[in-house]
Amino acid sequence: MSERGMLSRLAESLFWIGRYIERADDTARIVDSYVHRMVEDPFNDESATCRSLFSILGIEVENQRLRTGETLQTIVYDIENPNSIAGALNGAYENARRSRDYISSEMWVALNTTRNELPKREKRSRDFGPATYLSYVRERTSLLAGLTDATLSHDDGWRFLVLGRNLERIDMTARLLRGRVVSEENAPDWMAFLRASGAMEAFMRNTREINDANGVAAFLMLDRLFPRSVLYSLNLADECLVEIQPVGQRISSGDAARQALARARGTLEFIDPRQLIDQLPELLEMLEATCFRVTDAVTDRYFRHEDAVVWNIEEGL
Amino acid sequence: MGVVFEEDASGAWNEMFSSPGQPRPIYERLLADINAYQPQELRLRSEQLARTFIDRGVTFAHSGEERPFPLDLVPRILGALEWDRLARGIAQRVRALEAFLADVYGEGRIFDEALMPRRVITSSPHYCRAAFGITPPNGVRIAVAGIDLIRDEHGNFCVLEDNVRIPSGVSYVIENRRAMTQAFSALFSDHRVHPVDSYPSRLFAALLAAAPAKALEPVIVVLSPGVFNAAYFEHVLLARMMGVELVEGRDLVCRSNHVYMRTTNGERAVHVIYRRVDDDWLDPLQFRPDTVIGVAGLVNAARAGNVVISNGIGNGVADDKLIYTYVPEFIRFYLGEKPLLDNVETHRLDDDEVRAEVLGQLARYVIKPVDGSGGKGIVIGPRATTTELKALHKAISAAPRNFIAQRPVALSTHPTFVGEGIAPRHIDLRPFAVNDGEDVWVLPGGLTRVALGEGELIVNSSRGGGSKDTWVLNDESIPFRGAVPPASARSRRYAGPPRQNDEYIFEQGEQ
Repeated sequence: MSERGMLSRLAESLFWIGRYIERADDTARIVDSYVHRMVEDPFNDESATCRSLFSILGIEVENQRLRTGETLQTIVYDIENPNSIAGALNGAYENARRSRDYISSEMWVALNTTRNELPKREKRSRDFGPATYLSYVRERTSLLAGLTDATLSHDDGWRFLVLGRNLERIDMTARLLRGRVVSEENAPDWMAFLRASGAMEAFMRNTREINDANGVAAFLMLDRLFPRSVLYSLNLADECLVEIQPVGQRISSGDAARQALARARGTLEFIDPRQLIDQLPELLEMLEATCFRVTDAVTDRYFRHEDAVVWNIEEGL
Repeated sequence: MGVVFEEDASGAWNEMFSSPGQPRPIYERLLADINAYQPQELRLRSEQLARTFIDRGVTFAHSGEERPFPLDLVPRILGALEWDRLARGIAQRVRALEAFLADVYGEGRIFDEALMPRRVITSSPHYCRAAFGITPPNGVRIAVAGIDLIRDEHGNFCVLEDNVRIPSGVSYVIENRRAMTQAFSALFSDHRVHPVDSYPSRLFAALLAAAPAKALEPVIVVLSPGVFNAAYFEHVLLARMMGVELVEGRDLVCRSNHVYMRTTNGERAVHVIYRRVDDDWLDPLQFRPDTVIGVAGLVNAARAGNVVISNGIGNGVADDKLIYTYVPEFIRFYLGEKPLLDNVETHRLDDDEVRAEVLGQLARYVIKPVDGSGGKGIVIGPRATTTELKALHKAISAAPRNFIAQRPVALSTHPTFVGEGIAPRHIDLRPFAVNDGEDVWVLPGGLTRVALGEGELIVNSSRGGGSKDTWVLNDESIPFRGAVPPASARSRRYAGPPRQNDEYIFEQGEQ
């Protein structure tokens, strides 16, 4: 498919646009499921719940009492933090600025107006709670995902974006499940997870047992048709890589990214779904490592810049 | 009648009215259209225009902040006849500047003829020795020129300065038109306005024509300093509309005098670089060694003929305001033509007599540094304080080569929407010319910049200026031409002064 390739810098920007938009979306979904719990559950331990939320998102916090307000500030509104929702959208915007000649103008306008709108939404959510902010973010990320698929040519640039999106999705789903595994009583229940993944209806249509933890985990990990399941995203990421690699190579060039994906897919393909819950901790760890490895390998192979040139300026004699 | 037009008391030429309340014929229709709007409605549309620009990210960076370039509601109109004359004058000027650049970076005939002392060139801050001997394949060093024009008190257009390095602003011409046709579509059905959207394809064709002959399928890129550059939006727009890659220095690499861009599938050769990076930053091997914005080895690759840098390096010498004073002579000398556009009356301060006279009455002149751009360093004598004038006196005496003196011209005014109503504001005009080596095409209209402060004379965007959509009306009685030069000039275009045994030049002449 790809004979000429595309600018490495551009490919990298698109990859990160994919990741950041997905990160904003997923973070909004996760925070939403927690907010429910924080607000609705009278026996909720505020500090522990916040801690669990931080650990899911991979943010280290000091050993102190955590408050909901500050937690939301860090995870939702803090534009300086690339793991927060505002920070992720800003990251997508910064990368879009660098690839503005490539992405469609509709995508650019959508991202630009979203970023301009965030401070207003933040102000409003201070009076009305974070739910409106979160739903705005989910609406906009859906719009952006739709525009990505409907207004970009499905060429290598688009594939890098979709690759980024799916790696982030795997990573976030793994984190979500891990929150449940690690601190059972402070994380939302399984149903909230399904809701957070937008998978409630899809799951219910397939099963009658709503409190079956193993069933929920298996659905989020292994379902072949649900687009947010881990296996589905792994397959999609691999398809992108297959199409990105240069044509005409009869012998594979030893693609480290595909190798890492293949390992993860192999493990998930042949697992016994009924035993899934027991192996979940190791599987989730493996998935997080896979995402790291794939990102490294793709960066290495496709985004490689030469090291920045540094000139030694010699002093005059 | 809804809108009140504030009267013009400045003594400058008013573009719309010949006398208070009496519109010039070309503006009659527009005036009637505008009067049909209520002031409130205009304000609403003005806000809507600003919003469109912010949403679309049509901004320029100023002191680290992205700002929209304010677009005024009231368009500026140029008649077909007047435009035809302007376009021919601009094209003539570009041809003369091409010939001049070819000469100073080549044979130096102008010095032999003693039309200009050699020291004027060698002392120019933008004269670039590295450019000597780099001959562009189709002779074009000025693919894009922005010639700044003003209209004086008597209604005559004259040239204020030449910009043949990296003139910017054309993106606003395109975006302004797009915004205006959306917000005021009715105006356009009442007027036959020349479209402006063919600019990118003209530029693309010119860049393609500039490619080295050995490049069978030339690859063109736009080289930008990156997202923090004030004109980044324009770089994006041009790259996108031409369908070429927008690259930064780090995307390019030079090897054995060839230039490549780094792609996901290895390196790909590049043949024409439309660069929006200043000479100084372009190549650390030739210019500033402490920069990583550019590409090491670029100039040598150009010298080897493997890549074309457009606009050419060293073009800045033609923008030098002391050299500007010689342009009418260039036109006579290189083209054998009479200048169609005059300069603003300008005095060369490196001449002792002239300098003594100017220094004696500094408050009567506008003093400009020869290498300033963006309105930097300009002192308007009649408005300057005694302290300012004293400092200026000292600066000029110390380095007379660095300044020129001009007669203060009251820039023409144009009714402009300013919050409460419509009031006259000073304007200029920057038309854009594209040279493909065969012909110099001038984009109909160009960028009209408007100084939004009352009485303000400096129109640059960095000084809080705005812009106007600029209309060239189509009159079918006048054949609309991209300014074709008279036949006598064709034989000597772009290739510099005729030389013997130069096949290239004679081939051009016989077409």
